[in-house]
Amino acid sequence: MSTYPDDRFYTKSHEWVRVEGATGTIGITDHAQQELGEVVFVDLPDVGELFDAGQEFGTIESVKAVSEVFLPIAGEVVEVNKTLVDEPGAVNEDPYGDGWLVKLKVTSDGDMAGLLSAAAYEKFVEEEAKG
Amino acid sequence: MSEPTGLPPLRTPLFERHRALGGKLVPFGGWEMPVQYSGLTEEHVAVRTRAGLFDVSHMGEIRVRGPRALEVVQKLTTNDASTLLDGRIQYSAFLYEKGTFVDDLLTYKIADDDYLLVVNAGNTPKDVAWAKQAAVDGGSVEDESGKWAQIAVQGPRSAEILQPLVDVELAPIGYYHFRHGKVAGVPSIVSRTGYTGEYGFEVYCPPEAAVEIWDAILASGTPHGLIPAGLGARDTLRLEAKMALYGNDIDDTTTPWEADLGWIVKMKKGEFIGRSALERQKAAGLSRKLVGFEVTGRGIARHGYPLKTESGPGIVTSGTQTPTVGKPIGLAYVPLAASAIGTQLEIDIRGRGVAAVVVPTPFYKRPTA
Repeated sequence: MSTYPDDRFYTKSHEWVRVEGATGTIGITDHAQQELGEVVFVDLPDVGELFDAGQEFGTIESVKAVSEVFLPIAGEVVEVNKTLVDEPGAVNEDPYGDGWLVKLKVTSDGDMAGLLSAAAYEKFVEEEAKG
Repeated sequence: MSEPTGLPPLRTPLFERHRALGGKLVPFGGWEMPVQYSGLTEEHVAVRTRAGLFDVSHMGEIRVRGPRALEVVQKLTTNDASTLLDGRIQYSAFLYEKGTFVDDLLTYKIADDDYLLVVNAGNTPKDVAWAKQAAVDGGSVEDESGKWAQIAVQGPRSAEILQPLVDVELAPIGYYHFRHGKVAGVPSIVSRTGYTGEYGFEVYCPPEAAVEIWDAILASGTPHGLIPAGLGARDTLRLEAKMALYGNDIDDTTTPWEADLGWIVKMKKGEFIGRSALERQKAAGLSRKLVGFEVTGRGIARHGYPLKTESGPGIVTSGTQTPTVGKPIGLAYVPLAASAIGTQLEIDIRGRGVAAVVVPTPFYKRPTA
């Protein structure tokens, strides 16, 4: 059983968000990258784009499948992880660190309602696995 | 690839082994099969460099027997089975009268009056019904799918791994040849075939011996770096070798001419089902052809994605990014005028026009010693 860092929040679509001040960093979970397998392409939005919480903001493609990624919170994209263009494997190797996807200027005042804590997410993954 | 049938999925005799080995089980062609164990890339690389172990017991087997067996096989299949010697195998196809695929298959000649046809899992019920229509007095057609389990050992180390378990010498068995022999003491067929483009063998054994043989191969192979491999790796391996997948690259709307499989059609052998339609299509000329492509832009072009060429539209039938080639590759039907090597394609990858180019196939060819 993998455990999940408790300095961030999680979604049922397997993204995480870590908020520091007015900036939220978003990525996918270790469980998500394991399910996807080797990531070969990452498509991300442009800086300046505005998104609502729950909106699709990009795609992650592995050998096996294409997966859309959804924003845990609303905000404006202030930075995208450009290193993933040449090194998409960082999503597999370090999903909570170098494999981050985008940074947002958080517009919803850091409202984490509806998001899962690390413990709640872990429980969700376990229950999902049981089907 | 898999079609919902409304019936509970079938399980091979190795189902519990897949579970115990951490296999991720998915529905496929009416069966519940492992798509991967340790990971697609790792399994793919193992087969190219060492060895992989596959459960392919879901494949269907049809036995044609009797003094008129050859006549039945010749009527049903496109290739010329009269050229087969005992112990030889041939890639072939069943066609509808309109010249399109019922299925692709392997024809095993066991004896003058005894042939084994190995067909795709998801097509087995359809194929059995199709083949039975061609049965005659003196040429019987029986579904033997329940009588055979099939285990594939694929990779450069296959012979070293399998040899200690088998009472026939493996090294002299040529590609598309087979022998009868005992595997782990159990009477089986050992066949120099596979769906990976790699050196290797497929073992046909009684279902009740499958677990024993699987365990024996795994034990013998582990020191050589053999690992169990699933359908995911099987698909990327076969695509690199440009082996057609029924339901993707060939189906009941495509003909062998279009699929670049003219080499398995022997028009001179005489009558077979679908021959007249193929003759007509050849006379009229082809409008499209299956080609290999490499994506030069970003993204993987997958089954069903539309594409544009200067000569008109086409469609992607298979696509992936393979560990060996390291680039996104695939197969597509394109207008004949756009089928030459070097032709530019524009593939619609989820709304984005992405550049691709027609390239020579196979994408991977086994290095020969």
